[in-house]
Amino acid sequence: MLEKALRGNKSYFAWIGFLLILVGMGFGFYLRQLGFGLGVTGMSRDVSWGLYIGQFTFLVGVAASAVMLVLPYYLHNYKVFGKITILGEFLAVAAVTMCLSFIVVDLGRPDRAFNVLLYPTPNSVLFWDMVVLNGYLFLNIFVGWTVLEAEAKSVPPPKWIKPFIYLSIPWAVSIHTVTAFLYAGLPGRGFWLSAIMAPRFLGSAFAAGPALLILICLFLRKYTKFDAGWEAIQSLAKIVTYAMILSVFFVLCELFTVFYSQIPEHMYHFLYLFVGLHGHTGMMPWMWASTILAAIALIVLINPKTRNSPGTLAIGCAAVFFSLWIEKGITLVITGYIPSPLETITEYHPTLTEIGIVVGVWALGFLIMSVLYKVALTVKTESA
Amino acid sequence: MYNAGKIIIGIVIFLALITAPFWYNLAKPSAPPKLELGTQEKQCVESKAFMQANHMVLLDQWRDEVVRDGKRIYVNSAGKQFNMSLQNTCTKCHSTKTKFCDRCHTYLNVAPNCWDCHIAPKEQEKLAGRSDK
Amino acid sequence: MDDTRRSFLKIAGLSMLGFGAKPVVDAVAGAGGPKFEKDPKAFNGKRWAMVVDQQKCLKAKDGCKDCVLACNSAHNIPSFNNPKDEIKWIWQTSFEHAFPGQENPYINDYIKTSLKGLPFLVLCNHCDNPPCVRVCPVQATFRRPDGIVAMDYHRCIGCRFCMAACPYGARNLNWSDPRPFIKKENPEYPTRTRGVVEKCNFCSELLAVGKLPACVEACKEKALVFGDLEDPNSEVRELLRTRPTIQRKPQLGTRPQIYYIL
Repeated sequence: MLEKALRGNKSYFAWIGFLLILVGMGFGFYLRQLGFGLGVTGMSRDVSWGLYIGQFTFLVGVAASAVMLVLPYYLHNYKVFGKITILGEFLAVAAVTMCLSFIVVDLGRPDRAFNVLLYPTPNSVLFWDMVVLNGYLFLNIFVGWTVLEAEAKSVPPPKWIKPFIYLSIPWAVSIHTVTAFLYAGLPGRGFWLSAIMAPRFLGSAFAAGPALLILICLFLRKYTKFDAGWEAIQSLAKIVTYAMILSVFFVLCELFTVFYSQIPEHMYHFLYLFVGLHGHTGMMPWMWASTILAAIALIVLINPKTRNSPGTLAIGCAAVFFSLWIEKGITLVITGYIPSPLETITEYHPTLTEIGIVVGVWALGFLIMSVLYKVALTVKTESA
Repeated sequence: MYNAGKIIIGIVIFLALITAPFWYNLAKPSAPPKLELGTQEKQCVESKAFMQANHMVLLDQWRDEVVRDGKRIYVNSAGKQFNMSLQNTCTKCHSTKTKFCDRCHTYLNVAPNCWDCHIAPKEQEKLAGRSDK
Repeated sequence: MDDTRRSFLKIAGLSMLGFGAKPVVDAVAGAGGPKFEKDPKAFNGKRWAMVVDQQKCLKAKDGCKDCVLACNSAHNIPSFNNPKDEIKWIWQTSFEHAFPGQENPYINDYIKTSLKGLPFLVLCNHCDNPPCVRVCPVQATFRRPDGIVAMDYHRCIGCRFCMAACPYGARNLNWSDPRPFIKKENPEYPTRTRGVVEKCNFCSELLAVGKLPACVEACKEKALVFGDLEDPNSEVRELLRTRPTIQRKPQLGTRPQIYYIL
């Protein structure tokens, strides 16, 4: 079926070529990092995780969001999602691949990555994260491909695929829960030490992922022969709306606990995030941008009029996506380190090399997504 | 078979490419390097044959015993004791890393990363510089 | 036929394994073969700990850093001269950084007047319940039976989960090759490679040959006292019996094993 990705019009190949150039550039920057060490990044002794782990965390959410299509379609027989479930699964494949790539580029000794398998360590959350992410990647490739292949042959999908589909539902929840546990179980980091971390992660995931899917569907509707169906897009928009409301609510819960209890170790991080601490305001512009985008998103999405019109819906979804990208991809990880456990402040500024690698990995994700979507959409339009 | 000609040519090119390293090595046979032990000592921690075949395994064992179990003394098959240390035992005899370790490793095209951390014997630093340059 | 092929493969595989492993098995497990032993000179503690007597650390006001320098040269610690890449096993910091949350204007006054504004020494706490060990995905950092939280530089993958987990900021990554930044190499101890994490090891390499940690040896004022908590007659136990001591962030449940006399 993969050969279907080899036929396309000029703009398709221009897009693929453009992504390949970005991937190549990112790889060039990565070679530089391999040669010198992680010192080429802006990370430091105090802020020892940065953009890479931030992007990883955000993308785990995007990957997990496939369940928002799989669950209604397969568990509740919600036929409207039939056309786009495959898009959710293939988006998950691209997102998990990016996650794994971000983990690898973040390792100080990527040559020893397989030590995680050689010395399996069940008490480490990172070990479990490796297990669930790879499992989820497998499930989505396997399920997506099998179902699509059946569709290409105009036969119903094989019965034995069902257990894998059902398994992928709790599995999606597990990847983001385990990722939240990476943070939520560390005794010395007040910013992350919160029981609501996993629910918060899931809330923002189920907003950001489907928001991206809506944007993709709107794009495909406009520029290709593939129409996801307005009802499907509207159902997704409702999911995004409720998930975004939950996500903002969870953040407000954090703010209440932190500021009403006034425990310094927890409060300092939030002060740094929103108003700056001891004159350091590195995260402040980002956080306010995210807050304003979230407000715009809620206004646009809650109002049925703006939610029902493609133009404003796109604005609302873009606002959701970028608001949460900032919140999880940038501020969540970095603010955990500021102030440090010794209450000193070292700020973090990513370097050009680091940003180049991040762009390269995103391009790789888009490349995988584009190729898989090309295959899926060709099958769909041919069989229709 | 469709396109039989093209496929056969393709297979031939594929086989040529995949076996290229063997042809390349056959074309330039090279003699095993002459190693300088760097010592007058006749006896290593184990027999010469054992060391030649298994020094890497032995060093890994030493590493794990020292780092993970805190045991630092090696009693060899003859009952003689050694401090298990690449940097402080091995290189006390094998004082010429470039003419001993490196020559054979280069010949066999293996690149152990011991010396990224363990300090090579002094005399070497002047001659060859650090391995990590 | 299928059966015979399978059993042939089994036997072939096993005998390959056997031949490959034979010399090693001979060497390691054979009768009269080699053994691995502890150095008879080694100090054998059951629970190593340290008491830092800040009242004795008076020379620090004249800029004494003997303990820090001794550690740096014993362990080939590079000096990058910038806080971003910095590697520190033991270092000096002020009270509010060593004991955040415990500062108040009056204790700051006490430190200024009664302790002459001395800096506090901080290092890995060799916790009884170490979060860094809990999170490490490859057991590159582990707790030894004698309580030392050790690092295996050979195994570390540089994921830096331990740095996120340590509530004492005791862990360092080698952001680049440290060798060009080592002033004078100590041939007795290895350097590290880029991309691995390192921290204070309570000088386990010195304890193994019956020597005290380098910082303890270096302090002329005897402000650092090292010993075995399980030994009721040890000097550390004597100090803990007779002087009030505090630990860093004991409320986190890590059970840190560096005790401070103020």
